[in-house]
Amino acid sequence: MTYFLQQVLNALQLGSIYALIALGYTMVYGILTMINFAHGDLFMVGAFFCFIAATFLKLPFVPTLLLSMAGVALLGVTIERVAYKPLRQAPRVSAIITALGVGLFLENFTLVFSPYPQHVPTLIENKTWIIGGVAISSLQVIIILLALVLMILLDLIVRRTMVGMAMRAISWDKSIVPLMGVPVNLIISITFAIGTSLGAAAGTMYSLAFPVIDPYMGILVGWKAFISAVVGGIGNIRGAMIGGFILGAVEILVAAFLPSTYRDFVAFALLLVLLIFRPYGILGKPRPQKV
Amino acid sequence: MNNHALLSIKDLFVSYGNIKAVKGISFDVHEGEIVTLIGANGAGKSSTLRAISGMVPYTGQIAYKGTDLRKMEADKIVALGIAQVPEGRGIFGNLTVMENLKLATWQRKDKPEIERDFERVFSIFPRLKERSNQLGGTLSGGEQQMLAVARALMSRGKLMLLDEPSMGLAPVLVREIFRVLKEINQSGTTILLVEQNANMALRLAHRGYVLETGTIALSGTTAELLGNPRVKEAYLGG
Repeated sequence: MTYFLQQVLNALQLGSIYALIALGYTMVYGILTMINFAHGDLFMVGAFFCFIAATFLKLPFVPTLLLSMAGVALLGVTIERVAYKPLRQAPRVSAIITALGVGLFLENFTLVFSPYPQHVPTLIENKTWIIGGVAISSLQVIIILLALVLMILLDLIVRRTMVGMAMRAISWDKSIVPLMGVPVNLIISITFAIGTSLGAAAGTMYSLAFPVIDPYMGILVGWKAFISAVVGGIGNIRGAMIGGFILGAVEILVAAFLPSTYRDFVAFALLLVLLIFRPYGILGKPRPQKV
Repeated sequence: MNNHALLSIKDLFVSYGNIKAVKGISFDVHEGEIVTLIGANGAGKSSTLRAISGMVPYTGQIAYKGTDLRKMEADKIVALGIAQVPEGRGIFGNLTVMENLKLATWQRKDKPEIERDFERVFSIFPRLKERSNQLGGTLSGGEQQMLAVARALMSRGKLMLLDEPSMGLAPVLVREIFRVLKEINQSGTTILLVEQNANMALRLAHRGYVLETGTIALSGTTAELLGNPRVKEAYLGG
């Protein structure tokens, strides 16, 4: 039982990270109906910004986190303006291929500056509490709580604010939104800023939990987060959160009770089966045909 | 061109690739008027409205209160006081009625005035008040049309552009919508109405233009147009 609880805690930690990244995929899909395949690499850049802030600027945890989020948000907005905006009217396949290109660019650009894996210094004093036989580390608590706070904030923004209303309106029918007096380009930029900064927060926390980082670290994590978003129902924000936690749970539990090399295989197989029965994901709905 | 016109359009051309939708039309709308553009499908009516709202590229000149709209973004045009009720109503089905209305106040900063406008809109359309927490997508066609007009009122449109408000509605609802449009006009909103339902449009408006394949074929007061044999034959069913 304590073993199981221990794994639940680990699953929450990993799930938080997947969920935060999945949100970026799902937000961009909701607003532009494209998959931003550079998003996993923005997560990686977030980890590198964390490394730079902690190693060279010697900043403590909170400023490091904020710097990484702000830096990646700026990068995300710039990428949208430079690479995706000219393709708004183009077929979505063109935009998606461009996103793959942007991802390769980010990987290789980082590789130029960091040909070897880097070690991220410890920013959070590692305390471990044993409660009822379950070991809880300070880092785990911070990761899970921070992810929850960020997700609640995002949910409030999307549901309660004018910007959130505008985002939802764009996801329904982008062509009508300017007639409401809403500056669509600004809303798209805000969406990219929020989505990519959540990815950067995940990158920062991931690099504190697994402190060796390299330019290719975003590929597999990015794919998994993308799958989380699809499982939850791409375009659905709460779906992305749920999908992230499901994937985190499946991975940890598989590794806990089966040989750990089965982890990705079983995780992906389960998700494929889920998609057979719920092809639009857990919370996703088929898009209504507009007349 | 008349300098006193609220909206003045000169030599407007709109094309989509090789298809020329609007081929050099000019007309004015004066403050307080209801002007209607009638014509068949594909005559260029909707394209004209889209050009005014800054939704499609065009050549020619569109001026509102003497301001050239050419370089202006669509959202800034709304801020000037031009509100469009788009074809097919354009309700956000995933937003509540209240949210649909709130979104239309994006460009406004006058909080107390916005509150007053909510009351006004709900007194014109009591049905929307009853359904304010319902999602837009669950409304009937008539209710959606009311919501679309209400949204234009919430954005404080001084000039309201309506694209086929009668489309797909039962005659009793069309009469209801047109009655409201008349009221809105009498309380000071200028209206440019695009319609295929020429009969209803000409009865409501003061002046009209008949569009045929992208050009203005006829124009005049609505009394003149209603009496015109060509209009009778082509648009009023003989």
